[in-house]
Amino acid sequence: MTNLSPADFDNENLGLTDNDGANFWLDRGFTWLVYTFAAIAVAVLFLMSWIVFLEARPAIEKFGLGFIWGQDWDTANEIFGALPYIYGTLVSSAIAIILTVPVSIAVALVTSEKFLHPSIQTALAFIVELIAAIPSVIIGLWGIFIFIPVLEPPQKWLASNFKWIPIFNSQFPVGTNMLTAGIILAIMILPTMAAISRDVLLAIPKELRSASMALGGTRWETIFRVLLPAGFSGIVSAAMLALGRALGETMAVTMVIGNSAQISLSLLDPAYTIPAVLANEFAEAQPGLHIGALCYLGLILFAVTLGVNIAARLLVQWVGRRNR
Amino acid sequence: MSNYQSSEINKAIVSELISPLPPRRLIFTYLMNALAFAFSALAIIPLFSIIWEIISRGLVGLKPQMFVKAVIDNGFGNAILGTITVVAIGSVLSIPIGLFTGIFLAEFGQTSPIAKFVRFIVSVLTGVPSIVVGIFAYGLIVLATKQFSAIAGGFALATIMLPIIALTTEEALKLIPIDQRLASAALGGTRFQTTFRVVVTAALPSITTGILLAVARAAGETAPLIFTALFSLDWSGGLFGPTASLPVLIYNLYNDPDPERNQLVWTTSIVLLGLVLSVSLISRLFTRKKKIK
Repeated sequence: MTNLSPADFDNENLGLTDNDGANFWLDRGFTWLVYTFAAIAVAVLFLMSWIVFLEARPAIEKFGLGFIWGQDWDTANEIFGALPYIYGTLVSSAIAIILTVPVSIAVALVTSEKFLHPSIQTALAFIVELIAAIPSVIIGLWGIFIFIPVLEPPQKWLASNFKWIPIFNSQFPVGTNMLTAGIILAIMILPTMAAISRDVLLAIPKELRSASMALGGTRWETIFRVLLPAGFSGIVSAAMLALGRALGETMAVTMVIGNSAQISLSLLDPAYTIPAVLANEFAEAQPGLHIGALCYLGLILFAVTLGVNIAARLLVQWVGRRNR
Repeated sequence: MSNYQSSEINKAIVSELISPLPPRRLIFTYLMNALAFAFSALAIIPLFSIIWEIISRGLVGLKPQMFVKAVIDNGFGNAILGTITVVAIGSVLSIPIGLFTGIFLAEFGQTSPIAKFVRFIVSVLTGVPSIVVGIFAYGLIVLATKQFSAIAGGFALATIMLPIIALTTEEALKLIPIDQRLASAALGGTRFQTTFRVVVTAALPSITTGILLAVARAAGETAPLIFTALFSLDWSGGLFGPTASLPVLIYNLYNDPDPERNQLVWTTSIVLLGLVLSVSLISRLFTRKKKIK
């Protein structure tokens, strides 16, 4: 054993706080790399807003906010108004969310409460989630060639027997219309909402169920009086995330909505949405005001979906904090 | 026999307690059960209908030579190659950024305000409509290079894949027990060594499935490609030329009056659906097994 002097235990000699070795620089470089890439991921969202804004600027300068309530879309004379597209986007998404909320809550309940054997439950949840993996364009293809022929007879029946209800008053009902688009959208956003609602319901403490059951509540009384109120804000945010999906959905809607820029109260009339007009016109549009107007539409869509998404995420965070 | 059943009064109480619910509540229970099961059945019908119709309509026309011919010769070889190209470009761009963002969220930031902010922005990014991502890629790449290209398409897909990879990576890393990090640190491992040799290695299977899910999602995207990579009927001229892809092929030709083209759309759908569903099926089964352990 050699003799150690106190100086040998000095930090520098032991190399405990060494800050010029290879490992030190590797570590420091790694840290910088991680921070840089995380910053890039964040920057993408801001860069996207900026780029879309820049592209839309010619149209913003020309039309201002009047673009939002303008109703004409005349490519040749360069007159552009967004209202029919905004109307179509909002109404088709509203139909979708009205249809999908009860169904996806039912799916979430069946897959989270003990209705069925656990293996069937997970299989069901799995199958529903798989719908989310189907490419939008294939759902559109299925919609136009298989689903519309199924939907057309009842829609014609509605149009001929319930003309006195404004939403079914259509002169020439065809399969491609607002209602069809809404139903297809409902199918597409169902997995999103069902999966999140299921997580919300599973997160509710077991004691709440037991307490309600112990007081003599049936399963459905427990669901309606305890579980759904307890999970209400979570289910609302799930619906909002699904709504965000529906607002931005492009391909399937473009294929089944009929692509006719009109504002009609009837759900059996063809309509148009913002994503659909972008998909149809963008590639062939002339640079300048036409592209600008399309980008302005994109910017409006971006702002609306961003608002819905941010509100939903904030609600999720708020719910999470309250439950903790 | 115990005492409580012998008395007449108690017997009445017991029979009331074990009797079925009053009719109103009983009917309500059965009605709601029926409704819930009917809705659930309604929810899964589309999936089976889609798979059944695509297979029954597409399989008849599927020929092996379609895989090596371009669309112009009634094949989809160029679209398959194009899809592989744009998804590969998307992966190369998004995997490193997504992976490191996930590492940042799970290992560096955790619950710090910066990490919360990053996580918030990244999760908001998952909700951006894919058509808006297309406009973004158009403005950034197509306008700059003055042509539709596989690069622009790949960039758009990268933007869609990035948040998926980042968030699944974070989830995967969170599953690794903290003890393993402490053990590595106790043995003198630096942050780099701990993260890469221990944590990421252990989480690699679930990170891979996350990346596969992102790839499957990107392979099925149409909207961001229709004005970035555009389409071509023949083999693409390179990374800087318009490039075909399977989803855009379906979208561009689904209304074609030519019956042969129409058949091509269905056979293409079988290939695309098979590709996308098998990847997400395998990766989901894989993550499910992991979670149980």
